[in-house]
Amino acid sequence: MTNKDQYRILKEPFYRAQSDEVALYEAAYAARLPVMVKGPTGCGKSRFIEYMAWKLDKPLITVACNEDMTASDLVGRYLLDASGTRWLDGPLTVAARIGAICYLDEIVEARQDTTVVIHPLTDHRRTLPLDKKGELVSAHPDFQMVISYNPGYQSLLKDLKQSTKQRFTAFDFDYPEAGVETEILSKETGIEAGLAAQLVKIGQAARNLKGHGLDEGISTRLLVYAATLIKAGVAPRAACRVALVRPITDDADIRDTLDHAIDAVFA
Amino acid sequence: METVTIPAELEAYWKQLDCGFPRVAEVFPDCMREALASLSKQGVEDYIENARFLGKMGRGAEPILIFLEEWPAVARTPGEDALPDIMEFIRKMWKSPNGKAITPFLQSLPVTIRRLHTRERLRDYLAIALDLMERTTSSIHGIHQTFPSPGLPEMFRQVPVLLGQLSLTGLKNWVDYGVRYYSGHPERQIDYFGLQSADSRAVLQRERHGTLLADNERKLDMYLRGLWNEEDHLIPYSSAFDELRQPVPYYDKLGIRLPDVYDDFIPSTPVSTTTVRPEPVEGLCGSTGSPRTDERVLGIDRYRAVLAHVAAHRRWTTAIYADNMSPFQRMAAEFFEDSRVEYLAMREYPGLRHIFMALHPAPAEDACDVEHESGVRHRLAMLSRAILDPGHPYRSPHIIEFVQRFHALLDNSESGTQAMADLAVAFIAKTRLKSDNFANTHFKDTVVDYRDDNRQMWKFIEEGDEEEAFDEPRKIEPGEELKGLPPRHYHEWDYLNQSYRPDWVSVYESLHPSGNASDIDKLLAKHAGLAKRLKKMLDLLKPQDKVRIRYQEEGSELDLDVALRSLIDYRSGATPDPRINMSHKTSGRNIAVMLLLDLSESLNEKAAGSEQTVLELSQEAVSLLGWAIEKLGDPFAIAGFHSNTRHDVRYLHIKGYSEQWGDEVKGRLAAMDASYSTRMGAAMRHAAHYLEKQQADKKLMLILTDGEPADIDSKDGRILIEDARQAVKELDRQGIYTYCINLDPKADEYVADIFGKQYTVIDNIQRLPERLPQLFISLTK
Repeated sequence: MTNKDQYRILKEPFYRAQSDEVALYEAAYAARLPVMVKGPTGCGKSRFIEYMAWKLDKPLITVACNEDMTASDLVGRYLLDASGTRWLDGPLTVAARIGAICYLDEIVEARQDTTVVIHPLTDHRRTLPLDKKGELVSAHPDFQMVISYNPGYQSLLKDLKQSTKQRFTAFDFDYPEAGVETEILSKETGIEAGLAAQLVKIGQAARNLKGHGLDEGISTRLLVYAATLIKAGVAPRAACRVALVRPITDDADIRDTLDHAIDAVFA
Repeated sequence: METVTIPAELEAYWKQLDCGFPRVAEVFPDCMREALASLSKQGVEDYIENARFLGKMGRGAEPILIFLEEWPAVARTPGEDALPDIMEFIRKMWKSPNGKAITPFLQSLPVTIRRLHTRERLRDYLAIALDLMERTTSSIHGIHQTFPSPGLPEMFRQVPVLLGQLSLTGLKNWVDYGVRYYSGHPERQIDYFGLQSADSRAVLQRERHGTLLADNERKLDMYLRGLWNEEDHLIPYSSAFDELRQPVPYYDKLGIRLPDVYDDFIPSTPVSTTTVRPEPVEGLCGSTGSPRTDERVLGIDRYRAVLAHVAAHRRWTTAIYADNMSPFQRMAAEFFEDSRVEYLAMREYPGLRHIFMALHPAPAEDACDVEHESGVRHRLAMLSRAILDPGHPYRSPHIIEFVQRFHALLDNSESGTQAMADLAVAFIAKTRLKSDNFANTHFKDTVVDYRDDNRQMWKFIEEGDEEEAFDEPRKIEPGEELKGLPPRHYHEWDYLNQSYRPDWVSVYESLHPSGNASDIDKLLAKHAGLAKRLKKMLDLLKPQDKVRIRYQEEGSELDLDVALRSLIDYRSGATPDPRINMSHKTSGRNIAVMLLLDLSESLNEKAAGSEQTVLELSQEAVSLLGWAIEKLGDPFAIAGFHSNTRHDVRYLHIKGYSEQWGDEVKGRLAAMDASYSTRMGAAMRHAAHYLEKQQADKKLMLILTDGEPADIDSKDGRILIEDARQAVKELDRQGIYTYCINLDPKADEYVADIFGKQYTVIDNIQRLPERLPQLFISLTK
């Protein structure tokens, strides 16, 4: 049996609730309903799940999905060893067996045929058939399925099937409003509120440009990075350039505009 | 007639000048005195000598008069030794038939020299003028130099404007362009050099120095969007041609009007500021900061300053009634309101302060003579400066008082437009002077050029019985009906000049007229046999979605055959092959296609050895191809083009990417018609702007044509060929692969020049319906 404790979150992660999402999640977990969290990158989706796993004191297994991920990467596969073949459980199977919260991060990155394997686990059946092994795993009573999904880069190719979407309760996340975000920055990194507010202002300038050359605005995560750099003694302007502007764009015009925004905010 | 007596001491010079014009005699003594005062001895000799020449030239009194009056002053700038260059140039004009241009030349000389400063630059300028003169002075049938240059005098008339905006290199390019295109056309040459034609202004714009709005529109748009969460059209107005009354930025419901170009702002020389301005007094109003940031402001930052000001107005200004306020009160209210919105903008973005500070004039406190001129503007500009600049040097108690009142109002609040108007009324009342009503107003250093004209700040109870009605601000623009698309302009490559002719070609896009769709179905039925053969080829091409890749170290599944072999190797002591997995990949087909049809007149000819015209054969071929591509599922579009001079290139939309291959498209295809000429480059550029937006790994533009690019307004056949070649290069840079299917048996002479190796010539046009789809299939295999 896999060691369950390695998946436990021991220390309370910092999470600032934006509205009633904590209570809602607790209710969803109580009924073991699958959860989908939606929102732009770096707005706190993963942090929220981590926090909830800590709060409910359940193990959390996170899988970062990618284009090359196949169903067997989730479910498990046969490996060769000295005596022949050996079955190795994939993370989804492990979670179902030990009763963990299985968190599939950025599910749209995985191919659509891959995501279908989670279907039997997400409805009333709560089972996972391992067809290659000939086993039917019944999910542990504590098991819950959580996926995250970024509707920002919605293209025709990267969308969830309706049949997948309609198995989840969904939480909509967005970048927190200016006051809350300022508070998050100063709590997370310890910089003073005035500086945090200035960073948030730059972030908002970039978010206004979304869809006009930028696919995504500056995320809260990047703002935290910038604040961390400033806290470590880097000059604010340089920190902002490195942490906020350069990562998100190669477009000279946008870079210029955002650099100007930095100059305008830090007089 | 009254005779003018020449003073005795100047008698000798007068004799030497030997001039009979009475008008010259009137001014001679004054000019001569100035000359004696400012010129060297040799200089005076030359002055008289050359004036004498100008007087005897036979061009009337004007040249000698201008020379006598202007030279002593002008000679100081480049030095007296520039005179031989100038005189040599005048002699050349005199000897050629261009004598008429001498007067405009002399008239423009003082301004020109002031702009050029040095003798070297003057020489370069004269060389440009000489070049223009020689190249546009025409001769007919070998008779040497018969007609004067039509453009030369015009150029001299425009030269002050031109040099204000162009460097000498820019001037040279501008002149070159005019000479090249209009040397054979006197009327249009005059228009060009008189800055009357659109071309002329376009080239001027291209050669200008400074930051052009057109180049930075995207940046500024982002600035507005990003920092101010606003969006609006940025509309340029020309700042080049109004010397007297410079237009001011403004905004209305159609957009924000900005000057088309901003030069970098260079602060006036420190000499003038330090000498004129009194030293700031310590202790007074806590002058701590630098009084004036003497720094350069980039053109782009000047635009940003205007936009920040406008955005601040839009955010914080509410229109107030103007009817009960006097013009002075309104002006003051505008100054206060401008200061208020800027103050709020700087609260939001403190970094704006240094730009505003650098751009805002700092009028010297004692600059305005209140005994003789109206100082209202001056006082308000000082006040506005003092609000902006905490380290201002002003000592006037009124200014200090009102700055304090302003700050008190804005302390922790946004205040409002009405509060500013009240403050303004109080300010005007308190500082009123008798001289305020003088017509002679002090303007120096009072214009804040990044501010708008505040027309949105006012509303009127009574409609327009005073002042000018600005283009009827409250009129509701009627929802204009869109008839056809507005033309799109494209550059055209000029190989002689190795540069683009700006916005040279106008492309009008419209839907192709519709015909009977069943005609196309009949054509397809006629080629049913061919279609069957094509279908086989298409099935082979259809994307095979899943492909198995074997021999992978990491993969989704065990590849049992290989795994067993490895296990056997392992058991028997040999090194096992670790690549025992396999995985899958999807191999899709991702091509977007644009089919561009040449619909020029020549298509109406009968194809060699056939009863059908080339047009009919093309129609069949395109129908089959359309059918084939639809079967393959690639996104594709079809369009036709023809042209009737550069002003009228027609781009006929037949099928768009989002349209189905249905009756509507077939109907348009059935109505295909041929006329006019082939301006290929513009059509390709226009087609490319659609293809470019398609999301596909490969983009293919097929061009079906029956001859070389040509148009009736292009005498030089090469130009359009070279332009098409340039278009191919541009498309290549955009990631579009162009391929030409040419039906002209003689195409080998030029088609390779345009398309390199990317072409096929189809000699046997009758086989076109068969060849075209095959060609497409083999191209995209």
